[in-house]
Amino acid sequence: MSNLATSARVVRALGARSIRQTFRRPQLISPIIVFPTLLLAIQTGGAGAGIELPGFPPVQSFLQFMLAGSMMQAMMLAGNSGGIAFAVDIEMGFTDRLFAAPIPRFAIVLGRLAGTAALGLFASIWFLAIGLIFGAHIEGGVPGALLAMALITASAIAVGGIGAAIALRTGSASVVQGLFPLVLVVLFLSSAFFPQELMVEPAKTIAQYNPFSFIVEGVREPIIAGIDAKQTLEAVAAIAGIILLGLVLSARALQHRLRVG
Amino acid sequence: MPAIVVERLERAFGEVLAVQGIDLQVDEGEIYGFLGPNGAGKTTTVRMLTTLLLPTGGHAEVAGCDVVRQARQVRASIGVALQEAALDPLMTGRELIRLQATLQGLPPAAGRKRADDLLERVDLANAADRRVGGYSGGMKRRLDLAAALVHEPRVLFLDEPTTGLDPVSRKTIWEEVQALNEDGTTVFLTTQYLEEADQLADNVGIIDSGRIVAEGTPEALKGEVGHPHVELLVGEGAVPEAERVCQELGKLLPPKDGKRVLLEVEHGAADIPRVVRALDEAGIVVESLELVRPTLDDVFVDKTGHHLEREEGAQEGEGADEPESEAAPA
Repeated sequence: MSNLATSARVVRALGARSIRQTFRRPQLISPIIVFPTLLLAIQTGGAGAGIELPGFPPVQSFLQFMLAGSMMQAMMLAGNSGGIAFAVDIEMGFTDRLFAAPIPRFAIVLGRLAGTAALGLFASIWFLAIGLIFGAHIEGGVPGALLAMALITASAIAVGGIGAAIALRTGSASVVQGLFPLVLVVLFLSSAFFPQELMVEPAKTIAQYNPFSFIVEGVREPIIAGIDAKQTLEAVAAIAGIILLGLVLSARALQHRLRVG
Repeated sequence: MPAIVVERLERAFGEVLAVQGIDLQVDEGEIYGFLGPNGAGKTTTVRMLTTLLLPTGGHAEVAGCDVVRQARQVRASIGVALQEAALDPLMTGRELIRLQATLQGLPPAAGRKRADDLLERVDLANAADRRVGGYSGGMKRRLDLAAALVHEPRVLFLDEPTTGLDPVSRKTIWEEVQALNEDGTTVFLTTQYLEEADQLADNVGIIDSGRIVAEGTPEALKGEVGHPHVELLVGEGAVPEAERVCQELGKLLPPKDGKRVLLEVEHGAADIPRVVRALDEAGIVVESLELVRPTLDDVFVDKTGHHLEREEGAQEGEGADEPESEAAPA
């Protein structure tokens, strides 16, 4: 069997383990699904009249507007949970088992990211299903839904890469867990839960340049209006930038970990 | 060809030299016991030999490959059973062995078959689909050992495989290690248990503060520190007379208490009848007699000036060689 095929099998096996690990540890799965679902329910129920505000983008319902934000939130928490799980592996010595195997060591990081990507995909399906069940339209139809799912899945790899890098660098689950509030700050300073046009300064300017705003708009557009090439490309560019950053940071953190043991 | 060659191997953590230029050689098919107290540098050495940690000096080869330049080839030739915590409590035993088979590059069908065989071998077939978190300490160690054997490694590294185990589980692991060795596997075993090194190892290296202070077969090492001695328990008040008689038979050792006489005997058990006869002829009643052979602890004391067993007892249950930072400064 070629090295590439073996590495692909390893990535798949580690990805599968990562998914099982998440579903077997309630503290990992609940922030991905339960928390964003509750927040979606509360916000949709309590702030639904917001769509009447002047300047609010034309949407069928507040639920339709919120779906992208909820998917983003779930995806970012999946990346954070992936980082926590990776750090737990380091703390308990499980990564030593992986590092002692004759595989490219970056396959270990890719395996973790594969699991995070699958969780991102799961979260996107979950929230699209909730939206459809409660009457939200997906204006872009099946292609629009698939595009939203693809962008969320790729974003999970991007955020997971950052989480993996922090886990590798610190080796501490509590440090990665401590980033949880930061995830919310980054989200609230983007257009995930509120239209950028209605924000006040300085949040408005921050949201304007926040790469996660580009991603959320890329996910939202096929849901509320239909596929838009420009917004899709901007989202893809933002995702690619974060993936690149995550991979570079992960590679450097991996080198550091192997050097210090 | 030697299975492991280590020359002037060093590892520093900042200002602290955890391993200070050690040399050792392990022949193919040998069980090498690496004995030392917590913090002596055992785990750091194993981590370097298993490519988990880069050395900061010296050179090491495992299975004919350099641990730095040919790390991946080394990893393909070795099996590593780390300490208990290296198991994922959320996985089942079968999942763990199958994952290990994938990591070692076994095709899926062969991996499944190998997992079933190994779980049977270590007597975990009935618990294979239970989560590892529910396993006993002995079961975890057996599972760890099975995982290390998935690809039939040439060299097996066992890092304190029996620390914290009950005597029955410890014996089971010993039997498995011996069986593996009989099949030709070279075993590098770190331990803080004297008895374990004595029972299992063909050769022993004793490490203290990052330096190897003694190396050789257990018998040769014990032979270096002196002959066996007999401990004679005699009646109250008979000690001075017993000492006078024994003085003519050999060298008296410093007494432990006021009731026992310690006499070094050059020929071990063969000297006992002579001692008993002499005491009997002098009318001294011997309440008990015990032949005491030198232990590896005596070797440790001889080389380092302190006991290994006392430290072992003090650290019992911690099950780790860390913190390495307690080793001697550079």
